[in-house]
Amino acid sequence: MRLLNLLFPERRTSAVIARERLKIVLAHERASREAPDFLPVLQKELLDVIGRYVEIRSDMIRVNLGRSGDTSLLEINVEIDGARGAPAKNGAVGDGKAAAATKIDPGTPAPWVKPS
Amino acid sequence: MAGKVIVLTSGKGGVGKTTSAAAIAAGLALRGHRTVVIDFDVGLRNLDLIMGCERRVVFDFINVINGDAKLNQALIKDKRNDSLFIFPTSQTRDKDALKRDGVERVLEELKDSFDYIVCDSPAGIEHGALTAMYFADSAIIVTNPEVSSVRDSDRIIGLLASKSRRAEFNLEPVAVHLLLARYSPERVRKGEMLTVEDVKEILSIPLLGVIPESESVLRASNTGTPVVFDEESPAGRAYHDAVARFLGEQRELRFLQPERRSFFRALFGRA
Repeated sequence: MRLLNLLFPERRTSAVIARERLKIVLAHERASREAPDFLPVLQKELLDVIGRYVEIRSDMIRVNLGRSGDTSLLEINVEIDGARGAPAKNGAVGDGKAAAATKIDPGTPAPWVKPS
Repeated sequence: MAGKVIVLTSGKGGVGKTTSAAAIAAGLALRGHRTVVIDFDVGLRNLDLIMGCERRVVFDFINVINGDAKLNQALIKDKRNDSLFIFPTSQTRDKDALKRDGVERVLEELKDSFDYIVCDSPAGIEHGALTAMYFADSAIIVTNPEVSSVRDSDRIIGLLASKSRRAEFNLEPVAVHLLLARYSPERVRKGEMLTVEDVKEILSIPLLGVIPESESVLRASNTGTPVVFDEESPAGRAYHDAVARFLGEQRELRFLQPERRSFFRALFGRA
């Protein structure tokens, strides 16, 4: 059968294109549909915690549950543009003691962060 | 008697839900099962026209839910088959009139006197469509071999698995079937249309039937006759096959090859 396919490759008819486009879009949509309910809450809580130490906006964090083979992969991407210690807005650790306690010097950027 | 609730749903509009609901319900009745077909499309009543009983509507689904009429005042008995009843919906613009507990009460009452309760869902994934699918025991997903229809069907299959009563109460999942309508073997042969196998593979649910695109469907709706009453019609026969498969019979798929029109039929015949 494979040899046949090599000899006579499937014509790229519009139906073949339709099938391929559908497979791709549905793979994406099913993955996001099957995402557990806790992801948005997790994202918000992470944002709160990270926001105590560095300035961060809600669009700078992305949480995804991916799948590769048999393993589920929780992927968290946090984008930080200059790790200045943030004065926490909610006042939970507003006096800056938390930053001191975790030994982060607000003056020097963390080594893994590109200076802006 | 404990009737089974079957929902015909699709997400996308215009794929043939009402035609299919009328045909499947009539097909079940022709096999002697007491069947009622309910229009869930509040505000856009059409099942009555397709069933040919539009002039006999007095009370409707919403009247019964609100207690303004008794069930047997609203049910319309089909003039062609004694086992078939039509339950029309209301033309009210208040879409939220379909209250879930009211619908449940009516369905439970219908289950006592019918074998099958066929629910014709509105298009979309709003309140009406969600209410129509919520109480289903089986779902027939009406799909056309076309990208937007297949995508919407996939979405609806996902909703049935998460938002139905069976899903919420951890019961046996809704039995989901694929009904591929408006299939054109000629266009499939030319590579212009998704094949049955393509759609089956993409949606990965069991196939109940393939309804060929057929002129007889428009003729049937023109006259208000479910297409299964037309013995000559390929679409009608394909619906009969689908009903038989739904009831557990094995039937070969038909009408998947382009029809060869004989010289005489081309000259004098109808499709």
